[in-house]
Amino acid sequence: MRIKNILENYLFITPAVLIFAIFYIIPFIYVFRLGFYDWDGIVPLKDAVFVGFANFKEMLFQDPSWWQAMRNAGWVTIIALIFQNAIAFLLAWACDREIKMKNFYRVIFFIPPVLSEIVVGMVWRFIINDVEGANMINRMLTAIGLPNLVHSWLNDPNTALTTVAIVHSWKGFGWGFLIFLAGLQAIPSELYEAAHIDGANAWRSFKNITVPLMMPVIILVSILTVLGTMQAFVLIIGLVGGEFAGHTSVPVLRILAVMRDSSRFGYACAQGISFGTILVIISFIQYRFSKERQPKTA
Amino acid sequence: MRAAIYYKIKKSTINTLIHLFLISVTVICLYPLLWMVSSSLKTQETVFKDFSLIPHQLHLNNYVLAWQEGGFGRCFLNSIFYTATVVVGIVIIASLAAYAFSRLKFPGKNVLFIMFIAAMMIPIPGSFVALYVLLNKLHLRNTPVGYILAMINVGLSVSIFLLKTFFDKMPKELEDAARMDGCSKLGIWWHVALPLAKPVLAVVVVFNTLAVWNEYILALIIFDSRQFMPLQVAIKLFQGEFVTNYPLLMAGLTIAALPVIIVYLVMQKYIVKGVTSGAIYG
Repeated sequence: MRIKNILENYLFITPAVLIFAIFYIIPFIYVFRLGFYDWDGIVPLKDAVFVGFANFKEMLFQDPSWWQAMRNAGWVTIIALIFQNAIAFLLAWACDREIKMKNFYRVIFFIPPVLSEIVVGMVWRFIINDVEGANMINRMLTAIGLPNLVHSWLNDPNTALTTVAIVHSWKGFGWGFLIFLAGLQAIPSELYEAAHIDGANAWRSFKNITVPLMMPVIILVSILTVLGTMQAFVLIIGLVGGEFAGHTSVPVLRILAVMRDSSRFGYACAQGISFGTILVIISFIQYRFSKERQPKTA
Repeated sequence: MRAAIYYKIKKSTINTLIHLFLISVTVICLYPLLWMVSSSLKTQETVFKDFSLIPHQLHLNNYVLAWQEGGFGRCFLNSIFYTATVVVGIVIIASLAAYAFSRLKFPGKNVLFIMFIAAMMIPIPGSFVALYVLLNKLHLRNTPVGYILAMINVGLSVSIFLLKTFFDKMPKELEDAARMDGCSKLGIWWHVALPLAKPVLAVVVVFNTLAVWNEYILALIIFDSRQFMPLQVAIKLFQGEFVTNYPLLMAGLTIAALPVIIVYLVMQKYIVKGVTSGAIYG
């Protein structure tokens, strides 16, 4: 009876465990094994050549395209961290009060995040690409009397990556906005009232109440931004079309190209392991940092 | 008195500035989408001349062309099929597992649950490389079944986590009563637990619907045949083939974007809930 009972309970988790084992655990093991092999994806897997740490060495010391991709992702992440999150915070702060149409704004700001990266990339490409003078940004610059700022934003290697970062921020700020707003609304209004009675002006109460109490939320949003932005790449496929000779290449695009264009599955896996490790370390550091900074009262 | 008036003026100025800021961001959010829809209603000749948001003449023909000649009709149905099957699959499989993790006893329960949570936290960028190899081995690459199973796996961990958190907080009285009445465990899961979990199931359904509809990379590496492709992959191919026909392309993009916008507008309450609770705990 007891055994039958346990078997019956296992029935509940069997489908989940099976799918998880086949589509998560086995690929996970594959990635770690293949990282140490040289394999073109065509010959039988058992004929793949074991190369030890050669893939990792190549990535670290002989592959400038990998480091360029890392730098590019870092640049996009810095812009997203500062620009996108600042906008998100400001919007949340602006909505955290008795104002009209608050719900309307909240609904609108989360539209970009629900769209697919492909759609967003291709729509923005149509808006800022140089096809027969259809570039909306350039036409606006001309209209407001700044024709010398007209530029082919996506075709110039100097501006392509930053353009990617800005479109990425357009797509992503709604996440931060919603989380910041929830955080701000959780701050009891008595605190502000008490500060007001004590004669604190708006800036003082922002600095001494809002910022310290919001610190855990700010760090959470930062972690999500870093993890999300470092791994973003589909938007670039939609917006630029691909790596643009390395100018808009990011790590996951590199992995995809190494696998699909160069058929070097082992090397692609080595890059995936290293990059995944870096992401885990980053989020761990940020998490520890957030523990230390957390106010004792919260 | 004067101070009160001064205070009022100051407050309304601040309010006006805040509205100006919010409205300008609203315009920046909506403009690209309105421009997409508007361009999809123009022709190749007028799209580069008529820059107004409301076209002088509405050309619905682009939608007909995209649907038929672009092969969008087929891919649209593919996307709907994948989204429906994956979401139903996730709801059933994840709620069964979450219920067991929350209520039932069996050896290895904690280890298994920790594994699911770890999978949720640890990113493996480039896991698609291994998935490609695996599906090839299983002869599931370039098949809808392979894609559906892989996508169920993608949404599984987070959904189990959300549902288990909910079941943990759910009062047990109703389940006990059902057991007294001779209801089996599966019966309790189906007749008691699932109906009570409706609010969190809605969150699970919305997020997975958006995720599957918008998914690109797995579909890209899994499918070679156009007949199986979902919209997101097909539209990128389409861009390569009809590179200069922008109104047609915009019609295709509108077809791909409209369903998620509608789902979002209808279910936005659950999205806010998911983002603010799920994100903070996940």
